[in-house]
Amino acid sequence: MSIETAIKAKSRVWGQAPALLFGLGALVSCAAGWAEEAMSPERRMELIRLVRNDCGSCHGGRLKGGLGPALSPGSLRDKTPEGLRETILHGRAGGAMPPWSDFLTAEEADWIVEQLMKGFPSAR
Amino acid sequence: MHASGLFLLASLLIAGCSIVPPRGTGDLGVVIERDAGRVQVVDTTARASLGRVSGLGDLSHASVVFARDGRYAYVFGRDGGLTKVDLLLRRIDRRVMQAGNSIGGAISQDGRFVAAQNYAPGGIKVFDAVTLAPVADIPAAYGDGRLSKVVGLADAPGNRFVFSLFDAGEIWVADLADPARPAITKFPAGKQPYDGLITPDGRYYIAGLFGEDGLALLDLWHPEQGVRRILDGYGHGEQKLPLYKMPHLRGWAVAGTRAYLPAIGRHELLVVDTQSWQETARIPVAGQPVFAIVRPDGRQVWVSFAFPDNQHVQVIDTESGRLVRTLEPGRAVLHLEFTPRGETAWVSSRDDGKVTVYNTARLEKLAELPAAAPSGIFFTHRAGRTGF
Repeated sequence: MSIETAIKAKSRVWGQAPALLFGLGALVSCAAGWAEEAMSPERRMELIRLVRNDCGSCHGGRLKGGLGPALSPGSLRDKTPEGLRETILHGRAGGAMPPWSDFLTAEEADWIVEQLMKGFPSAR
Repeated sequence: MHASGLFLLASLLIAGCSIVPPRGTGDLGVVIERDAGRVQVVDTTARASLGRVSGLGDLSHASVVFARDGRYAYVFGRDGGLTKVDLLLRRIDRRVMQAGNSIGGAISQDGRFVAAQNYAPGGIKVFDAVTLAPVADIPAAYGDGRLSKVVGLADAPGNRFVFSLFDAGEIWVADLADPARPAITKFPAGKQPYDGLITPDGRYYIAGLFGEDGLALLDLWHPEQGVRRILDGYGHGEQKLPLYKMPHLRGWAVAGTRAYLPAIGRHELLVVDTQSWQETARIPVAGQPVFAIVRPDGRQVWVSFAFPDNQHVQVIDTESGRLVRTLEPGRAVLHLEFTPRGETAWVSSRDDGKVTVYNTARLEKLAELPAAAPSGIFFTHRAGRTGF
């Protein structure tokens, strides 16, 4: 189910604007979970490889850091998921981090952030 | 069976396993299988794999130097593992864990010392090349005592090691005349040196700078003159293109009186005259160059690229400065290596799990070797070259 149809379904059930807003809030807060549902296992494996290999060029294949900082759950503890998503999608101005928005959707970036924050899966 | 009988049998078995027909190692090399923590030992005459050596740890950014007799490969793992691999017996000879996060190494001019360059703890560590016993520890301390990540480590004539400090923006020369007490000379280099190279004659050390448009040049014949900036402002203040992988520099970029250097954040090779150190040309290429490697005779330069253009290898004719051919050796080309005299080039494709061997005169595919996520390819003739 796409987010749009989900909103329509929610608005039909609740039928009122305040309720719709509430529904939207709930939707946004579980967007990462939705992305996981919507993503095919193949795409998920591609993303795992992309992170391990291509993010790994700077952050290390085991994400323990290289010229770029470590991406382990411990080292990301004081970061917000929103901030990390922004960094992934748009890079860091003046820094080495490049933008990945040509290669990743916002939902995919959210999924990557979620996985990084709980310990990134291995490709095998 | 008695214990002594068992011992005899075991001795015979061990002796039996270690008998190998005498052969040289001049046509051998290793291919890193990065995810498996393993290397393949390859024969560049037969264009075949001879076997595998496992248990080398995290090889996600592995590099290799060779003992001067060409028998042993020193494999530097990302996790700080330093493994001495016997190419003839195809087994681990020695292995130490020497740091937490490591990025490569070098071997001294006389072959007695192997040095590892580390991100954590930032610095270099020097080991006895035979035993891997520690010889010297050189922390890359700067400012208030913080440790800098070390990049661009190269051996220089006179048993010196030269390297760059990414965070400190410095180039250091460590003289190992007295190995237990290395004499260090420090030079300011510029913002964020990301890698370095020494010219094949061992005279010039060049650090590429990530934080500035330019490179830092140190004349090791005249260190008293300090570091000079070359190709200053090559980007002319233009917006850099995003960089998805840092380029790698080594002496392989130099052919005769020209060096071919990747421009940072630009889809170009910079051609530099090595007498004047002035830019003489720019060659547009298919993406951000990672490796620009000159064929040993200097007639071609082969270029590999960063994501998302890393399915290509471009071959450039050095005489005309023109693109000769764009090869597609497979997905995610990570490295390439020429055989000693350059008649073939071996190219690794990580995502297609193979190494492709090309004839460099006709640019035709000669062979493919299966390999698990291959990255670096290293041939033993590096043993005789300064800067490798």
